[in-house]
Amino acid sequence: MSRYIMVIDTRRCVGCHDCVVACQTENNVPAGYCRDWITETARGEFPTVQLEIRTERCNHCANPPCVYCCPTGASHIHERGGVVLVTHDKCIGCKACLAACPYDARFIHPEGYADKCTFCIHRVEKGQDPACVSVCPTRCMHFGDAEDPLSDVSRLLASRPHHTLLPEAGSKPRIYYLT
Amino acid sequence: MNALSRRRFLQISAATVVAAGTASRALGTLAAAGAPGGGRGAKGDRQVATFCDICFWKCGAIATVRDGKLWKIEGNPADPLCRGRLCPRGTGGIGAHSDPDRLRSPLIRTHERGEEKWKEVTWDEALEFIAAKMKKIAAAHGPEAMALFSHGIGGTFLKHTLKAYGSANIAAPSFAQCRGPRDVGFRLTFGEDVGSPERTDIENAQCLVLIGSHLGENMHNTQVQEFATAVGRGASLIVVDPRFSVAASKAKYYLPIKPGTDLALLLAWMHVIVAEKLYDADYVAKYGFGFEPFAASLTSFTPEWAYPETGIDPETIRATAREMARYRPATLVHPGRHVNWNGDDAQRSRALALLNALLGSWGRKGGFYSPSVMDMPDYPYPDYPKPKQPKVDNPDHKYPFAHEALTTGIRDATISGQPYPIKGWLVYATNLLHALPNEAETLRAIKQLDLLVVVDVIPSEIAGWADVVLPESTYLERHDELNVELFKEPFVALRQPVIESPHDQKPNWWIARKLAEHLGLAAYYPWKDIEDYLGYRMKEAGLDFAALKKNGIIRGPRQPLYFDEGAPAEFGTPSGKIEFYSAQLEKAGFDPVPKYVPPVAGPPGAFRLLFGRAPMHSFSRTHSNRLLSGMMEENAVWVNAGIARRLGLKSGDRVRLKNQDGVLSNRIAVKATERIRPDCVYMVHGFGHTSRGLRHAFGKGASDAQLITRYKTDPLMGGTAMNVNFVTLEPAEAV
Repeated sequence: MSRYIMVIDTRRCVGCHDCVVACQTENNVPAGYCRDWITETARGEFPTVQLEIRTERCNHCANPPCVYCCPTGASHIHERGGVVLVTHDKCIGCKACLAACPYDARFIHPEGYADKCTFCIHRVEKGQDPACVSVCPTRCMHFGDAEDPLSDVSRLLASRPHHTLLPEAGSKPRIYYLT
Repeated sequence: MNALSRRRFLQISAATVVAAGTASRALGTLAAAGAPGGGRGAKGDRQVATFCDICFWKCGAIATVRDGKLWKIEGNPADPLCRGRLCPRGTGGIGAHSDPDRLRSPLIRTHERGEEKWKEVTWDEALEFIAAKMKKIAAAHGPEAMALFSHGIGGTFLKHTLKAYGSANIAAPSFAQCRGPRDVGFRLTFGEDVGSPERTDIENAQCLVLIGSHLGENMHNTQVQEFATAVGRGASLIVVDPRFSVAASKAKYYLPIKPGTDLALLLAWMHVIVAEKLYDADYVAKYGFGFEPFAASLTSFTPEWAYPETGIDPETIRATAREMARYRPATLVHPGRHVNWNGDDAQRSRALALLNALLGSWGRKGGFYSPSVMDMPDYPYPDYPKPKQPKVDNPDHKYPFAHEALTTGIRDATISGQPYPIKGWLVYATNLLHALPNEAETLRAIKQLDLLVVVDVIPSEIAGWADVVLPESTYLERHDELNVELFKEPFVALRQPVIESPHDQKPNWWIARKLAEHLGLAAYYPWKDIEDYLGYRMKEAGLDFAALKKNGIIRGPRQPLYFDEGAPAEFGTPSGKIEFYSAQLEKAGFDPVPKYVPPVAGPPGAFRLLFGRAPMHSFSRTHSNRLLSGMMEENAVWVNAGIARRLGLKSGDRVRLKNQDGVLSNRIAVKATERIRPDCVYMVHGFGHTSRGLRHAFGKGASDAQLITRYKTDPLMGGTAMNVNFVTLEPAEAV
């Protein structure tokens, strides 16, 4: 079994939004919506400030509340890599998953279904990286299989301190931020 | 294929070119580039290699058309500039093609200038109108009375037409409003410019010093990629900025300097490095000229002297100076790009160059490399008529070290009619009302004109004042001149159409050529069409045009980058050495070694207005691109959190900024933040559009340009320093 994860180096990231733009074009995300986004957290007082910039998206949780709460089975865990996906024509747009997601990663597409990051599974199945990873000019994003100890993502997690977002939600998020 | 080092390129002599093997790299992923529009409505994917135009970096790109529609654009892996990855502006570049606000048809003004009222006309009518006016201007005042303001590679053919017409009055804001002082400071010191793309070896730097340069927010692709590489491998980073920039957040040392005092810090750093003998003595002895008087001039500039000026404590100044020396020569003190700040900019840039000279970083790995360029002979055009008068922008060499034309000099001449009248402006792809300081002066100059023509993709503010507006095809819909630039390795890149223009837009080469025909100058365009022109240049260079069309780029063999690899250690200064002491400055009546003058203080209670870049926008040119405006819809004014509390403001509150001359800005949101000093405010440039044609961007955010009513002119080279304006925050009425 494979387990796809993303490892993002916040030291390299400059918050340029290229990942967000690339997602929009690759996936024809409708105007006014986004499947990924940038957050900045500043702490401290001038001039002693710590700033963390993160590119965020669906965490493709291993324990995904959005899947468990879906009344129709539209939200599901894909057989490949544990990616969390939505089958559009099974989705009734009830928004239960929007409420359940700790990361506010989902939105209702103008065509009526719940939408979010797919880890660009259509690209991954062709052996390509997700669009956001493939464009990043700072090369701060890494995508790969956590079950493969030789993958970039496994090596990075083994060698660098990292954190996930809202681990206390218990959803076992699969996007890791190197600090 | 031939490649030349920079110096040999400058001294070009056709007989002495080193031949080298071809090194073209095929792009496995690329399908053959079909004719644009040939695939319209066709099912499936079609890919075309081209290069980007959202900024001037000109990254190689591959656009994909799916089922006849432009789908996406990605970096060309064969391109040494982008290394397969575009920046957000490049990725969002397809939004320029689909922008519903873009210019669609040639327009001739029907009402007063500035009322933005036109009638749609045919290309023939528009060009005949322009040509008739230009002939009249030439008859009455001579052809020199026409000037061209141009930005970017797309201006190539309009420049050619204007020179054929008989005028050499051509300028770009990139000199007097941007990088000019830097290039002058480096020329005076090393005898050469920093260039664009800059010859900075960031990826190999072990210590990188950024002074007001906000890489990461300023998104010049290669530099940001190399910056991330340097940060990723733990290079020591020193950031000097009144604002805690993104780069500052990655720094080992952040120096929150008082705005306008950078030269004092540079002098104190050099004082420490000289006093503690930390400089590269062998390098200075071998390549330096006038070191002793230079060193003697630094004696009084101690860190203790600099402390009250800069606000940086002496221990931090000493520690950072030692840090730089520790990693030399792989210490890069970055020259920056937009450096028109305080009016001392050329001398400050020279001090920065001298600091690099002390560290021995020029010509060394991790410092400044020696660039090379592909040898591409020019097209053999007929000789241009010799202008009867010298260029208008810098009469009597008032600014003796200006080595490029001054936009603001042309503007001055247009207003005064001295040294001779300027009666017509062609403006290509530069929004002068946002790019030049003091909008009122630009409008005064426009009042003197018999003809104002704007060629652009979008209805910019300057287009609003034009007599004739010519809609240009976006870069995704046109050919352009080949991109041949000085860089880490020689290359030639092709821009070619990916998709047809959606309305009656035309490529600039077509516009320039047709205008020449209407002016009776058809002899200056002997080529059949643009492919004939480009093909000729490729053939003369011994390069394969078909391969270029397929792959978008052809790379040449890498040349020596550093002195120790065989790059020639030559300096184009009068002494032929690195000039620590500049006799030519002294002779012209300037300080032979830089001296510090404290910045002008603002009115009590006012904040110095600083401005900069955001990674998803270019100048004032991308705000109607729906993909990019979606990433940043409007700008905010950064205000120190403590100051905001005192003023009773919180993030998201709307204010207007009022400058020292009473100019009131558009409404703008406050960003109350710990990331800026209390004595200045900051905003991203390019917002606050007032052109009604920019429906999406109109009125969003505020324009720094509007508030820059004052500027201080650099006495060496005529650059216009813009960080000399002060604002207060005024409550904005509720919506």
